[in-house]
Amino acid sequence: LTRYTSATEADRAAMLAAIGVSSIKELFDRQVPPEVRLRRPLALPEGMAEQDVYEHLRALAARNVSAEQELSFMGAGMYDHYVPAIVDMLMERSEFLTPYTPYQPEISQGGLQVMFEYQTAVSELTALPVSNASVYEGPSAVASAGYLAKLHNGRSKILASAGLHPHTLATLRTYAHGYGMEVLEIPLLGGATDPQAWAQAIDERTSAAILAQPNFYGAVEELPALAQAARESGGEQLVTIAQVDPIVLGVLAPPGECGIDVAVGEGQALGNRLDFGGPSFGFFAAREQYLRRMPGRIAGETTDVDGRRGFVLTLQTREQHIRREKATSNICTAQALNALAGLVYLAWLGRRGIVELGRLLLARTHYARQTLCALDGVEPLHSELVIREFAVRLTGGGGDGHGGREALDVAAVRRRCLEQGVNPGVDLHALTGREQDRGGLLVAITERRTRADIDRLAEALGAAVAAERGRATVAA
Amino acid sequence: VNETPLQREAAVTIFERGAPGRRAFACPPLDVPEVAIEELLPAHLIRAQPPRLPEVSEPEIVRHYVRLSKRNFDLDSGFYPLGSCTMKHNPRLHERVAALPGHARLHPLQDPERAQGALELMWNLERALGEIAGLPHVCLAPSAGSHGELAGVLLTKAYHEARGERRRKVLTPDTAHGTNPATVTMAGLEVVKLASNADGGVDLEDLRAKAGEDVACLMLTNPNTLGVFDANILEIAKIVHEVGATLYYDGANLNAVMGISRPGDMGFDIVHFNLHKSFTQPHGGGGPGSGPIAVSERIEPFLPVPAIVRREGEGAGLPAGLGGSRPADAFALDHDRPQSIGRLRGFQGNYGCFVRAYAYIRSLGAQGLRDASEVAVLNANYLLARLRELGVCERLPLAFPQSLEALAEQDGNAGAAALAGEGANAGAGLCMHEFVLSGGPMKRALKIKTLDLAKRLLDYGYHPPTVYFPLLVEEALMIEPTETETRETLDGFAEALAEILREAGEDPEVARNAPYTTPVRRLDEVGAAKRPVIRQSVA
Repeated sequence: LTRYTSATEADRAAMLAAIGVSSIKELFDRQVPPEVRLRRPLALPEGMAEQDVYEHLRALAARNVSAEQELSFMGAGMYDHYVPAIVDMLMERSEFLTPYTPYQPEISQGGLQVMFEYQTAVSELTALPVSNASVYEGPSAVASAGYLAKLHNGRSKILASAGLHPHTLATLRTYAHGYGMEVLEIPLLGGATDPQAWAQAIDERTSAAILAQPNFYGAVEELPALAQAARESGGEQLVTIAQVDPIVLGVLAPPGECGIDVAVGEGQALGNRLDFGGPSFGFFAAREQYLRRMPGRIAGETTDVDGRRGFVLTLQTREQHIRREKATSNICTAQALNALAGLVYLAWLGRRGIVELGRLLLARTHYARQTLCALDGVEPLHSELVIREFAVRLTGGGGDGHGGREALDVAAVRRRCLEQGVNPGVDLHALTGREQDRGGLLVAITERRTRADIDRLAEALGAAVAAERGRATVAA
Repeated sequence: VNETPLQREAAVTIFERGAPGRRAFACPPLDVPEVAIEELLPAHLIRAQPPRLPEVSEPEIVRHYVRLSKRNFDLDSGFYPLGSCTMKHNPRLHERVAALPGHARLHPLQDPERAQGALELMWNLERALGEIAGLPHVCLAPSAGSHGELAGVLLTKAYHEARGERRRKVLTPDTAHGTNPATVTMAGLEVVKLASNADGGVDLEDLRAKAGEDVACLMLTNPNTLGVFDANILEIAKIVHEVGATLYYDGANLNAVMGISRPGDMGFDIVHFNLHKSFTQPHGGGGPGSGPIAVSERIEPFLPVPAIVRREGEGAGLPAGLGGSRPADAFALDHDRPQSIGRLRGFQGNYGCFVRAYAYIRSLGAQGLRDASEVAVLNANYLLARLRELGVCERLPLAFPQSLEALAEQDGNAGAAALAGEGANAGAGLCMHEFVLSGGPMKRALKIKTLDLAKRLLDYGYHPPTVYFPLLVEEALMIEPTETETRETLDGFAEALAEILREAGEDPEVARNAPYTTPVRRLDEVGAAKRPVIRQSVA
C-alpha cells in the first residue's frame, strides 16, 4: 500500500471478486503478452517517506545559487521580478491548480472567465484585438507565429532579425525545418536591426518578417519604420511579427500601434517565477483577420439556456481534437495556471502601475548603463536606446587589431564578481557564439535592483575588470 | 426561483470592477536621478495611452479570483474520471519542494557550476524516465505532450534525412489522439490513417498494406485510447521496422504499464511522457505540462539541445552541498551536438514540472510506481464490473474489446477459452487503466445522448468522463478512474450512472435539460463561435 493509493488487501480481494479474476496479475496476464512483460523490478531506488523526499529535494536546492542568494543582474529572456503574494495564494488554490482543460464549461466558469480576462489583458497590453489563452513560452510562440504566416499566405521564406533572442532564432529554425520554410537572418547595424538590409531582403516570397522589441541586446527597435518597410516590400499578405517584452508595454508604443500583425512573447516577467526556465507562459495576440488561424485555446463569451452570462472554449474547429491533421496547431495542454499568474499580476500592477514600473525600469537602466560605462574597461556594446536591459563590452588595454580595444575574458571577470556575491549578468558570447559579442555582458534591471544594488555592481565589476586588465598586462 | 446562490451571482469580470485611482501596487521610489522620458525614448516610441488594465485594490483582486475559483470543479473536490487525462491526486509535497527558492528563484542561465542541484535532478529524472520507458536516452525539454510529439516526428525526419531518405508518410490509427495527426502536418509530413481491428487494436492487414518505403513512422498509443493493450505489438513493430520506419509511442496512457511493460521492450523508438498525467504535475486548468521524450540509440544523435551531461570525477572543484560534502561528479549542459534537430524552446524545459515528477518518482520508488499502475488497472476493471452488475452496460456496452457474451455468441469455444483466461481472446471484457463505453444503445432505448448523461453527472457532483472520443465509437464515454480513487468513490460513481439511466427511463427530459445545479446551465456554444466575443470591451 503506497500513500497515494487506498486499496487495502480487503479492498483488493473484494474488487477482484467483483471483476471475476483471482489476482491483479491475472488482469495483466490476460491482456499483456508475456514477451513484452518486464520480468524484474524497475531499477529505481526504493520509495521514501515524505519527510525524506523533502530533505532530498532541499539538499538539491541547496546546491543551486538562486537569486535569493546573490545580487543577480541576469536576464536574457527571464527576469527576477517580484512576484506578489496574492499570485502564489491564488495559484495554490485547488480550484485553479487541479482541474483539467475546461471541457465541461458548466463546472469550469472560473477557469474560462480567467482565460477571457487574460485575453482581454493581453489585447489591451499589445493593442491587438485578438489573443489566445496562452501558448508554451516565448521562443516557441515565435515559431508558432511563423506557422500561422505559412497558413495565411503559403509563402516560403521567413525573415528574422538577428536581434531576436538566440533561443528564439534556434527554435524558429527547428520548427521551420519541419513546416518547410527557409529562415533568413538579417544582421544588426550597431545594436538594432539594419534597416537597409531588412528592406532589401524582403520580397513577395517573404511570408513573415520577425523582430524583437526590445531586442536581445536591450536595444529599442524602430518598430514602426521596420514594419512599414516590410509591408511595402512584401505586400499585404506578408505577416509582421514582433516578440515583445510585456513588462515595458506601459511605456513603449504597443505592437498594435506599430504596424505589427502578430505579437508574441515570454510572459515570465508577469508574475511567474524563474523556475530555472519554466513553466511560464507564452502570449499570442493578433489582428482580427488571423483569428481563425490562431493556435491554442480561446475562451468566448456566451449565455446559458436561462440567459445568464457565461464563457466557453470557442472557435474549436481550429484545434487538433476537432480538425486533427487540418488543425492550425498541434497544441493541447498550454500554460493556463501560469497565464492566471500573469493576469493576477497585471491586475495587481493596474493601469497606472504598469506605466510607473516601466518608467522605473527605464530610469534605473539608464542610470546603470551610465554608471557602468563610466568604469575603465567598460563601454556600451551599442549606442541604441535601451529600456530594461543593456549590453556592455569589457575591454583590455590593448588593441584588437581592428581599430577597437581587445575584448576581456568575460568568464574571468564574472568569476571575480561572483566571489563578491554579485552576478553581473549574462556572458553574451557564451550564449550567442557571435564573434562581435566577445567581451559582451548583458545586464538586466528589475524593480528589485535598487540604486544601491547598481552601485554595488559597479564597484564589483570595476574591481574585477581592473584586476583582469592587470592580469592581462602582466601576462603580456 | 430555484436558483442556487452561485447561479444568482452574475458573472462580472475584473475589468468591470474597481474605480479610477484604485490600485494594489506600490511602486518603489525613484532612487536614481530623474531624467525626462523624452530624453530616453523618441516620442513616437512612447506609449500615448496606458493599456486599459483594471484599477482595483488588493482585497478586490483576492475576492474576485477566490469567488471565480468557486465556479470551478477540481480534482481536490471530487472524482474526475476524464479518459486519457490521468487525473490522479496531486501531492502537495511537490508544490512545497518546487517552491524552495533554490529551485523557484534559480535563473535558467545560471552558470552550470552554480546550478548543480538542478542539473543533477534533471539527470536523475532522465535516468528514471529512461528506465520506465526501457529506452537509453532522454530529453526533458518538450513543454507538453504535443510538443514531445513534435520533437518525435522531427527526430524521425532527421533520422531518415541523415540516411539520405525522404519519407513523407506517418501512419496513425483511427483511435489516435488528435494531437498525433495535427503534429504530423505541422512537421511537414503527411498523415495516413490506419483502421482498427475488431479487438480495438491496429488492423494488421491494413498496416501491411500501407507500410512501405515511403513511411517515416507509425504513431501509436499502447494501451490505446480504447483502454486496449495491443497484443500484436511485437508484430506491429516488426512490420514497421522491416520497412525502415520508426515506431512512436504516445505516452498519454503510460499510467497503465509503469513497471509492468516498457515501450522500449515493445519495440518503440521514441516515447513521450506526460509529466502532467502519469507523474502528478497538476493540470492547472490547461497547463503547465511537460512532455519529455525517451529514444533508442539510433535516434539519440538527433536529440534537441541542450543535453545534460555528467562529467565523472569532476565534482571536486564545485561548491559543497548540504553538510559540506563535495559531489564526485559534475553536471553540465552540452550544446555542441552537430546532428541535433536544434532547440524546441527557450532554456531547458519546464523545470518546475521536473521537480514535481522527480519528487513523485522518489516517493513511490520502483515498487510504488508498479503498484500505481496495478491499482489503476484494478480500479478501471472494478468500475467496469460494477457498471455491469448494476445493468449500466446493457445501455452502455463496452466498446472494445468485445464482451465475453458477444464472443461466446459468435464462437462458443473461443468464449469458453476466454472465460478461462486462455487463448487470443483472454482479455475479452477486461480493460487496462481506462475503458470506453458506447452510448448508442442508450440513445436508442432511453432517448438520451452521451452528452445528456455527462451533463446530468454534473448535478451528481462528478466530473464527466471524456465524451465523443475516440471517434470510431458511437456516443463514446471514456472512463479513466486512476489509482488514487477509493473503492467507495468508484461505487458511488457507478450508482450515480445507474440512477441517471433509471431516471431517464422514467423521463428523458431530466437528463436532456441538465445540469440544474451548476453556476451556469447549458451554454450556447454555437452562438459563441458564430459571433465570437473573446475579450471584454474596456472603457
